Amino acid sequence: MRAGIVPAEVRDEYRYVRWHLYTAIFFGLVLGVLMGPLQALDKARINLYDSVPLLQSYYQGLTLHGVALAFIWTSFFIVGFLTFTAVRGFGRPLASPFLSRATLAVMWLGLALTLWAILTDRATVLFTAYAPLRAHWTFYLGVALFVVIGPWLLAANVFKTYRAWKRDHPGEKTPLLAFATLTTLAMWTLATVGVAIEFVVFLIPWALGLREGVNPLLTRSLFWFTGHPIVYWWLLPAYISWYFILPRQAGGKLFSESMARLAFLLFIPFSIPVGFHHMYVDPGVAQTIKAVHAFLTFVVFVPSLITAFTVVASLEIGGRQRGGRGWLGWILKLPWKEPAVAAQLLAMVLFTLGGASGLINASYAMNLLVHNTLFIVGHFHLTVGTAVSLTFMGITYWLIPQLTGKALRGKGVALAQAWLWFLGMALMGRGLAWMGLEGVPRRTWWAQASYQIAGSEAGGVLTAIGGVLLFVSMLLYVGVIVATVRGAEATEREDVPVAEPLDGGMPVPAWLNRLTPWVVGTVVLTVLAWAPMLWQMWQSPFSSPGFEVW
Amino acid sequence: MVHVDRYEKAWIVVSAAFLLLLVAVLAYTSLGLKITLPGPLFVCAPADYSAPVTANDPPFTAPGVRQVGPNHYEAIMTAQVFGYNPSEIRVPRGATVDFVITSKDVIHGFRIPGTTVNAMVVPGEVTRFSYTFDRPGQYTFFCHEYCGAGHHVMAGRIVVQ
Repeated sequence: MRAGIVPAEVRDEYRYVRWHLYTAIFFGLVLGVLMGPLQALDKARINLYDSVPLLQSYYQGLTLHGVALAFIWTSFFIVGFLTFTAVRGFGRPLASPFLSRATLAVMWLGLALTLWAILTDRATVLFTAYAPLRAHWTFYLGVALFVVIGPWLLAANVFKTYRAWKRDHPGEKTPLLAFATLTTLAMWTLATVGVAIEFVVFLIPWALGLREGVNPLLTRSLFWFTGHPIVYWWLLPAYISWYFILPRQAGGKLFSESMARLAFLLFIPFSIPVGFHHMYVDPGVAQTIKAVHAFLTFVVFVPSLITAFTVVASLEIGGRQRGGRGWLGWILKLPWKEPAVAAQLLAMVLFTLGGASGLINASYAMNLLVHNTLFIVGHFHLTVGTAVSLTFMGITYWLIPQLTGKALRGKGVALAQAWLWFLGMALMGRGLAWMGLEGVPRRTWWAQASYQIAGSEAGGVLTAIGGVLLFVSMLLYVGVIVATVRGAEATEREDVPVAEPLDGGMPVPAWLNRLTPWVVGTVVLTVLAWAPMLWQMWQSPFSSPGFEVW
Repeated sequence: MVHVDRYEKAWIVVSAAFLLLLVAVLAYTSLGLKITLPGPLFVCAPADYSAPVTANDPPFTAPGVRQVGPNHYEAIMTAQVFGYNPSEIRVPRGATVDFVITSKDVIHGFRIPGTTVNAMVVPGEVTRFSYTFDRPGQYTFFCHEYCGAGHHVMAGRIVVQ
């Protein structure tokens, strides 16, 4: 009954997408942001942990915050959204209803296992789970199920759908939305090999007592094999919205189809051979390999710069169509009153700062000043915390009405929510960067620390204020979503906004329509960038038992 | 052929040039200014993976500071939950200290704010880096990688006289 005016042929898919999105929002965003103010206030040395029931320590809260937002919110949202873009892109239901069901079931099982381990304080290891800190096996298995296996099942289903679509459309180019979905899933399937080996070969048997010890440097490296590309797994769905949906909502067209395809394809080979930039100050990683990964990190910035041009040019077409004049005047004419659009535009604004701070982190000489400080935390709150998360919230403002047949309620509240997130994150990002540059370490119970760093106090106050604003923004967001889902059905159905290419959809060369050559190239580049170091670590006889010291 | 708008072409050329400039700056800072990263680079003997040095092997069986040259010191340190051994180091002004650190248990970090000292300390690996203390005074060092319940009290100090 809820799916009153949802098209009958995709009713099942839309139901799965809804369940994924609701899980993302209520078990990811809400749980994670509930913890946020506790951590933000801690940076101003206000300790609330003693008065919070259930939580044993700052670090248990921080584990929940990181896992809920970096893994649960993102994984469930992305699997839901990519299911939608695949269905809409190919214009047909996914090939296997069984795989669709299995994806959701496996991910829910993983979610339950992981949350149980964290909430019972059996897995206070933070989301990076560096061995030899050893969590309960349910933590590793749970994360593997919803971060890796769930997306693999979706990938299998979407590639099956692609095969069926190709049979029915011989010689045609893959529709853009579907092509970008395939590219994202191909990248993530290749990238998750690292963490799959880390969990299946090492951490899960070790946590079960089937394996005596693990090599901490090897498991840490395998983590970062997947741990940097996860950034693009978060970002590419946001890019799908910015390239192929947002221009239509802004009244514009996709400026260049070929450049859009090229940007997505470039992320397949260049997402993976960059992970050692998280380990610039590690022993046991050769300097030459650090330099190679630094160089390739600058290379993977190129598709994001292409994106900046194409997306802004596409929006400019919209702004000018709507009567905008002058070099920048068109920006004011964009539909800022639409929460779905405003949220994503604001996300882009802060992404420029997030991207720039990323170039600082990637430069290993400057990284000496910021590695493992709050500067890094500031960086990823501007990128995944804003560019990605605020875009996802903006997407739900049109997607949830689309999936439920309900009209968006509380437009004014939704707009305020987006601006509040933007403002809160701008303040917090600045505060965290400030503290980090003074040397304040990340992942540290600051109110209880046995040392202090002069000059970092004002950054702490900014962080605390920002954290509280973000919490309020989350409450407004949930209010809008709940009111919408429980509200009246829309009187008429809006089309899914898919942007037309400016050139009207001219043919593209084969190398911009095929994945295989890119995947082969990725495997070669990945082996060159990772295999020598990993092989050397694998040979090391050093093995550490587990520690449960939280 | 792919048609690329001329403004977009210009943008890509400028972006790529900008990134190459950053790479050149990075090469200059590491090769020209000799800003080096912590790592196995300065290990006296080549890393021998058939017999890794752990916290139970020399030199870590006797942590401490010893002079190795004129105003040049070597600090052999271990990191463990939730402290360092030694936790206090005293050296004269202008001293160069070669730090040699490993972990007895989980992954730790080592950071001296206000300096470029920033390193990971990983069990089964030896972290080496050097720093010259030109300013007299007290320097705090602390662990900057989450290592358990007492992570926030894992700190020590270097007194430069």
